[in-house]
Amino acid sequence: MLSKTVAELATALANKDVSSVELTQAYLDRIAQLNPALNAYVTLTPERALAQAAAADAARAAGQATPLTGIPIAHKDIFCTRDVLTACGSRMLANFTSPYDACVVERLQAAGAVMLGKTNMDEFAMGSSNETSHFGPVHNPWDQARVPGGSSGGSAAAVAADLCAMATGTDTGGSIRQPASFCGITGLKPTYGRVSRWGMIAFASSLDQAGPLSKSAEDAALMMNVIAGADARDSTCLDIPAEDFTAQLSKPLTGLRIGLPREHFSSGLSTSVQEILQLAIRKLESLGATFRDIELPNNHLSVPAYYVIAPAEASANLSRFDGARFGYRCENPVNLEDMYKRSRGEGFGDEVKRRIMVGTYALSAGYYDAYYKKAQKIRRLIKEDFDTAFKDVDLILGPTSPHTAFKLGEKNSDPVTMYLEDIYTIAVNLAGLPGMSLPAGMLGGLPIGMQLVGPALSESRLLNVAHQFQLHTDWHTQRPEV
Amino acid sequence: MTWETVIGLEVHVQLATNSKLFSGSSTHFGAAPNTQASLYDLAMPGTLPVMNEEVLRMAVSFGLAVDAEIGKRSVFDRKNYFYPDLPKGYQISQLDFPTVGRGSLKIQLEDGSDKIIAITRAHIEEDAGKSLHEDFQGMSGIDLNRAGTPLLEIVSDPDLRNAKEAVAYLKKLHSIILYLGISDGNMAQGSMRCDANVSMRKKGDTEFGTRTEIKNVNSFRFVEKAINYEVQRQIEILGDGGRIVQETRLYDSDKDETRSMRSKEVANDYRYFPEPDLLPVVIDDAFIDAIRATLPELPDARCQRFITQYGLSEYDADVLTSSRDMAEYFEAVVALCGDAKLSANWVSADLLGLLNKQDLNISASPISPQSLGTLISRIKDNTISGKIAKTVFEVLSDGETDVDAIIEARGLKQVTDTGAIEKLVDDVIAANPDQVAQYRGGKEAVFGFFVGQAMKLSKGKANPAQLNELLRKKLSA
Amino acid sequence: MALDNTDVEKIAHLARLQISESDTLEVAQRITNILDMIDQMQDVDTSAVTPMAHPFDASQRLRPDVVTETDQRDDYQKIAPATQDGLYLVPKVIE
Repeated sequence: MLSKTVAELATALANKDVSSVELTQAYLDRIAQLNPALNAYVTLTPERALAQAAAADAARAAGQATPLTGIPIAHKDIFCTRDVLTACGSRMLANFTSPYDACVVERLQAAGAVMLGKTNMDEFAMGSSNETSHFGPVHNPWDQARVPGGSSGGSAAAVAADLCAMATGTDTGGSIRQPASFCGITGLKPTYGRVSRWGMIAFASSLDQAGPLSKSAEDAALMMNVIAGADARDSTCLDIPAEDFTAQLSKPLTGLRIGLPREHFSSGLSTSVQEILQLAIRKLESLGATFRDIELPNNHLSVPAYYVIAPAEASANLSRFDGARFGYRCENPVNLEDMYKRSRGEGFGDEVKRRIMVGTYALSAGYYDAYYKKAQKIRRLIKEDFDTAFKDVDLILGPTSPHTAFKLGEKNSDPVTMYLEDIYTIAVNLAGLPGMSLPAGMLGGLPIGMQLVGPALSESRLLNVAHQFQLHTDWHTQRPEV
Repeated sequence: MTWETVIGLEVHVQLATNSKLFSGSSTHFGAAPNTQASLYDLAMPGTLPVMNEEVLRMAVSFGLAVDAEIGKRSVFDRKNYFYPDLPKGYQISQLDFPTVGRGSLKIQLEDGSDKIIAITRAHIEEDAGKSLHEDFQGMSGIDLNRAGTPLLEIVSDPDLRNAKEAVAYLKKLHSIILYLGISDGNMAQGSMRCDANVSMRKKGDTEFGTRTEIKNVNSFRFVEKAINYEVQRQIEILGDGGRIVQETRLYDSDKDETRSMRSKEVANDYRYFPEPDLLPVVIDDAFIDAIRATLPELPDARCQRFITQYGLSEYDADVLTSSRDMAEYFEAVVALCGDAKLSANWVSADLLGLLNKQDLNISASPISPQSLGTLISRIKDNTISGKIAKTVFEVLSDGETDVDAIIEARGLKQVTDTGAIEKLVDDVIAANPDQVAQYRGGKEAVFGFFVGQAMKLSKGKANPAQLNELLRKKLSA
Repeated sequence: MALDNTDVEKIAHLARLQISESDTLEVAQRITNILDMIDQMQDVDTSAVTPMAHPFDASQRLRPDVVTETDQRDDYQKIAPATQDGLYLVPKVIE
């Protein structure tokens, strides 16, 4: 039962095969059993979950069920949840009980979803392996010696290990897609502005976007139906009419033109991953899609530009963590400067401090033009590459990550090595486009995903392609033995 | 050595909106600490700014009032620095693309001539909270009610040449923002705050000297004193062959001096960059034209109209248009009594004298324009004399409001009955035979004596014209 | 671009981060590595390119000037490190 998709669970709930309270309790039991080893959740909210489940059952009995009513889910700990610890993977917020709910949390709650708890993540979403979390790393359910990816590693591991039906995540440079690939699940980063950022703790404001981590594309569409849409509290949230993301799922792929970026299939990618992608390509061809090579000539500049823009925005976004109004304050500060420097020095981990410093440097007098402004210009070049490509193709397909999940500790000796993990995902954030990762095969007992990228607001098309692929493959139904 | 003073002003004006620049918190002054500080104002993680449209309208209306270029696309930036009254650790401001670009404003110098002062720009930004330094176990208390209140920072070119010009410029700005109704302009409460950049150069030089910035001066008088002190200080240093240190100085009004702010910060590096939580603010001609259409008449135009429409002197017109409240008061009085000259006299002399004495703004005048207008009407229709009117004015200033009731109750009505005046005249003539003889002997000057006596006898109520006429007739008889 | 200890101290001060002296060298080294990676950007001629601050060329939505917030001080100050009389307490601010 716990490995079922949301769509399947919804049917089971509708048929009264199971109640939400029973389902919720079953997930809580499994979490109690497996979470100590996986460390996917940092906070559990069992009482609240059971109360929500009971309310969901009552709503259903009263004929007021939506597709998500009574579905147990998990939230990445970057989303503010009222009266529940919201630590964002940091010592800085280890004592932070949010006084309000994020928009995404509100909307899922209003749709009747049950919150099981909050999932582990890289500190302030800065990382690609979940190893920068103050609460310790998450272990990949496929191989506990390996990382789940990051920064939404806890959410990805929880979905893969059936510790929830689906989970929320955020993606600033690949933080939904890369862990989805490492954990063998489906992850969607929507178009920038699709989902309100209200209540989502900011890493890099012009790149951050919330989205689903799920067991199928159909489930992702169900969550998108709830979380996407205009929000007056976020000026950058697009003011466009609501959309039914499930409406196009069964559309045939005939005539679909997919681009393969030469740059993504070049020397950096192992032949084994290439072979898996080739099989996926053939499958999609058999479903009516046509493929052609395209170029994204500035893709190699996406990591450098990102590591200026994201740290620069983060350096300002994280200034509010100063020990004055909430969060960590150092013991006995001798003066104001001491309070700032020690609270921040002790409250932030090394990677966060490093990025704040890179961002501070990139914005400082004398370096702004060479770094920040330059990066913004590169950003435009990268966006224009996509604009050009989408004149000839409907979607772009490539790897999500250069390889399968790596071992804990394998890549954290040098930050730059870790940064290059996101070489295929980062450009999508810089251009503000929707991108998703879905399971495409297995390599050495580990899942590997493929990435689909579309023009702005093409989520329905991405979900359609992913759903059709999943109707004809079973990679997404494979589960690790935990 | 003759020195020339160079002054530029940065004026922060709190815009009189209901809610804050980027949140729905009230901007009401004087609430209990932190009761008007929302999640966003407190910089809670995950919160975001949404801009108040009224702020944009107010900024544009100011720009139009000073003939400025209006930024069709203005961009907000983050200005980064750490301070407890700045909860986000950055202030949202506008660096390269302000809403209001170059404009200008005309001031009147002491010799009566006009001078144009260039306005460099005016940008929208957030106000900070307040640090309270009373002792809380050796700590400071932070109140964030003010944090996020919208400010318009108006920057002038260094066109001002002495403290008096600076004050004239400030007063003109003050008048414009009050005319526009975009701020209450209350300097004591900090609704309008002024930073002055002051430097000296040798007369004839074209380059500027090193400047100091005097922070947060909160009255017209203090602006004048602070600048004068700073000018003197700089002249002394330069005269001794010294150098001015570029620094921020604080004006201490108790000691009437400026002093260097002790700051360990070597040089501020604000690391400005475009605010990613806000998109560019784009406005079109229709938006600007709609605001232009609702602009009130501004001080310069109104002054000109007062001269032509009411035949006032330039001086009177200037005084009466110095604030919107004053001009409106005056026009309300004129509308009632129909006599602009008399109204101008009463408002600029009697009423302003009274207000000065009581240290009141015209909006808090104890005498309403309706009362003053009625009072002047009663002079005009001969109900009372000008002299008696002063008495009625006194009574009005004590809080009574009904002019006619005052006249009635105190029996101040002018005596115009010829019979009654004739009797007065007869009585005076009968009682003063010596003076009558003198007058008839050719001593014209004694005439005034008879007027005085008769007036006294009537308790000031006799109609002066009638009295004069009858006196002359009877004395010459 | 290689950073030295002085650069690190300067940046750490601007960002109000305490970095222990023993860590400064390592931090300098790691940030230098990052900057070296970033410097790939410098090889591209971008003189004709307009900087892009935002994914879309959209403009700001505005909100009506209405007070929508109510006093939630007690709730918000429950999570504050130190308060008194409704004020947030911090080490003395010296002007």
